[in-house]
Amino acid sequence: MELITTAHNGPSGIAAERLHEAECQSNFCEMHTPLEENAARVEAERCYFCFDAPCTEACPTGIDIPGFIRMIANDNAVGAAGLILEENIMGGTCARACPVETLCEGVCVRNHGDDRPVTIGLLQRFAVDEAIQEGTEFFSRSEQTGKSIGVVGAGPAGLSCAHRLSVLGHDVVVYEARAKSGGLNEYGLAAYKMLDEFAQKEADFITALGGIEIVHDTILGRDVTLQELRTRHDAVFLGIGLGGGNMLGIPGEKAEGVTDAVAFIDGLRQADHLSAVPVGRRVVVIGGGMTAIDAAVQAKLLGAEEVTIAYRKGAEAMKASIVEQEFAKIRGVSLRYWAQPGAVIVEDGRAAGVEFHPSSDPDAGEKFVISADMVLKAIGQGSHLERAGSTHSFEVASGRLVVDDERRTSCSGIWAGGDCIAGGDDLTVSAVQDGKVAANSIHRALSL
Amino acid sequence: MNDLKSNFVGIESPNPFWLASAPPTDKAYNVNRAFEAGWGGVVWKTLGEEGPPIVNVSGPRYEALHGKDRSVIGFNNIELITDRPLQLNLQEIAQVKKDWPDRALVVSLMVPCQEAAWKSILSQVEDTGADGLELNFGCPHGMSERGMGAAVGQVPDYVEMVTAWCKEYSRLPVIVKLTPNVTNIRQPARAAKKGGADAVSLINTINSVMSVDLDSLSINPTIDAMGTHGGYCGPAVKPIALHMVSDLGRDPDCEGLPISAIGGISNWRDAAEFLLLGAGNVQVCTAAMTHGFKIVDDMIDGLSRFMKEKGFASVSDLVGQAIPSLTDWQHLNLNYTVKAQIDQELCIKCGRCHIVCEDTSHQAIHARHNGERRYEVNEEECVGCNLCVTVCPVENCLTLRKLEDEVDVRTGQMVSTAEKQQWTRHPNNPMANADP
Repeated sequence: MELITTAHNGPSGIAAERLHEAECQSNFCEMHTPLEENAARVEAERCYFCFDAPCTEACPTGIDIPGFIRMIANDNAVGAAGLILEENIMGGTCARACPVETLCEGVCVRNHGDDRPVTIGLLQRFAVDEAIQEGTEFFSRSEQTGKSIGVVGAGPAGLSCAHRLSVLGHDVVVYEARAKSGGLNEYGLAAYKMLDEFAQKEADFITALGGIEIVHDTILGRDVTLQELRTRHDAVFLGIGLGGGNMLGIPGEKAEGVTDAVAFIDGLRQADHLSAVPVGRRVVVIGGGMTAIDAAVQAKLLGAEEVTIAYRKGAEAMKASIVEQEFAKIRGVSLRYWAQPGAVIVEDGRAAGVEFHPSSDPDAGEKFVISADMVLKAIGQGSHLERAGSTHSFEVASGRLVVDDERRTSCSGIWAGGDCIAGGDDLTVSAVQDGKVAANSIHRALSL
Repeated sequence: MNDLKSNFVGIESPNPFWLASAPPTDKAYNVNRAFEAGWGGVVWKTLGEEGPPIVNVSGPRYEALHGKDRSVIGFNNIELITDRPLQLNLQEIAQVKKDWPDRALVVSLMVPCQEAAWKSILSQVEDTGADGLELNFGCPHGMSERGMGAAVGQVPDYVEMVTAWCKEYSRLPVIVKLTPNVTNIRQPARAAKKGGADAVSLINTINSVMSVDLDSLSINPTIDAMGTHGGYCGPAVKPIALHMVSDLGRDPDCEGLPISAIGGISNWRDAAEFLLLGAGNVQVCTAAMTHGFKIVDDMIDGLSRFMKEKGFASVSDLVGQAIPSLTDWQHLNLNYTVKAQIDQELCIKCGRCHIVCEDTSHQAIHARHNGERRYEVNEEECVGCNLCVTVCPVENCLTLRKLEDEVDVRTGQMVSTAEKQQWTRHPNNPMANADP
């Protein structure tokens, strides 16, 4: 990528157009350059075609990685895409958004010694993009079963579930709160990971199969109740994700300029012009996950002068991998470890900085202040299970639904997956797996 | 640096690396560049008889077999002998020899199987001052349809006859270039020797069809939707050439017949191998055509260092040193027993050894140990076949361990290092005899 730095980054406070639109567009170019055909073949040839491949074991959706890579090596990218999509219908997004360094690529046997892993993510993207580009049809629907399933949420879990159910011959109605499909693929992933409206292309690719009706702008608990869905459908799948961001619980949190990182990214993803997205001159991002990295890097790319990620523990404890941390550092983001927020410093009702102390004990260590006119909170999201209403008494752990191996909730006839279930890792790829597993379970239940 | 001086059938050159008769030696411009780069000699691209020049195709004449990294593994051509006028070639040969007196300049020839035709060209070549002749009895395409090239090399009587004419009408050393497109390379070589040849050179190219274009469904290279077989060469043919060269090297009937080795020689290591298997010098074409003449630097330096390290004072000291290690299957020691062993420190746990052994061989490599991903040899099943070693991507991770005075757990038999056992005397051999 070509990072443009301009001497003037505009006024203090939160402001739009810190950079010209052209500069923004250039900054938000592809995070990883996609592979050209020949480069893909050469890279594919590096795969050792391992027995019981560790990469496949590490993939939450269990994609036959050596299998698809061999197809790329042999000039059969479309066949490779078929193998990928069979296990992971969102193979395109996962190829862009998966933290491969902690999954498939992290366990590639080529990591031994001085070697580097096969770039599995880029190869997967090469294959899936080619297939989607060509409009290849990989799936056909089984004979109609006459059963209908209600899916709540058109995110990775919901769409994955809907697709598999449709393949199995069921009719699916997806109820989506937002105006577009894709869930966090559309509203939550960093813009430089999902260029060219990929989330929409992927959703269109998935629904092109038929048998899937998506009803947008429909919020569970407001426009439709869970009880109604249970009456209307033979089974229900909840892929409702999470609600608003968690509170820091510190003084000054309500001040102007303190925002949720998820909402910041959401606004940025939906902006017609990136330069129109308001951003602070000095930005502090509080948190240690991928959302913190994505929010911080994007703030920087929008023209923020100083961006600091403040994390309460050390680098190793951060949920964002070392690779992601380096990605942020290279783009000019400072990472401040051992920084526990104590208070937002407020001047004239607006955030002016954050006071930190180096450990969870507010009296230990010397306090320090990082100036900021924008504070982004990336400390996780709360549950919005209340949307399911009180009619059903779900078993819940830490605000998330408890499910069994088949993604069955404690309420009969209701399955769930994605970020709203307990024990997950908040990854797109895991949500896709949840949807797939749940669909198979629903199918079995309805076939009895 | 060791002295690499070479004397092949009386033809001297500063090193044993010659460029084979082929496109790189078609004219003075190329040959001068080769000599400037340091090549010890060239065999000038084959001359034909006087008359209207040869016509080549104007479509593609080369095609390659590529590795996935686009390296050229095999190469094929449908080019004919020189398409330049005979007199022009002769003039240039004379001038080049004059300019480069210390380099070997051998002229390749191919004319119809008529005594007069050979007699006529031989005297003209001799007048150029060239050092020797190479008789092209090898080209497998185009010219062979006209009764020349491989068409001659495939009939030992013709080989002997033409060789004899050349010896009769020329004072120059005669090297007979053989085609590998025969069932037994010893027959044409013996015929050449019988005809009085000073040496043989081999291998010429192998009949080949490179590939089919899966869009047009026609073969490559395509000349207006048609193609024809060509001559195959390059690294892929080296093992075939090594076999044929060494087969002559150990043929009692060919004893004393010098060999100029050709076939996939790309570097000093290849060259050393051919010399050790009986070649007196080596000829190179494809490696130069895919990398340019500069490759000779590595060949000179590498061979020189190798000789120094091994204590060989001259190139001729290397010749045939590995021949005694070559024998027939029936004389191999059947008591010699090896087992695969895996260096767990080096193992990257790809499991390729396991799956190839499990699927296609002897089920002698376990994939798990106490539920862990760990590859271990089961010596009770291992026959020491070497398959696992060949597929292991890590050098020296999988090796073969020689059993010495211990029981082979597969057979339950003691492995004796003192006692050798060959098939000729094996109890299971109904034809066994007591003679060694």
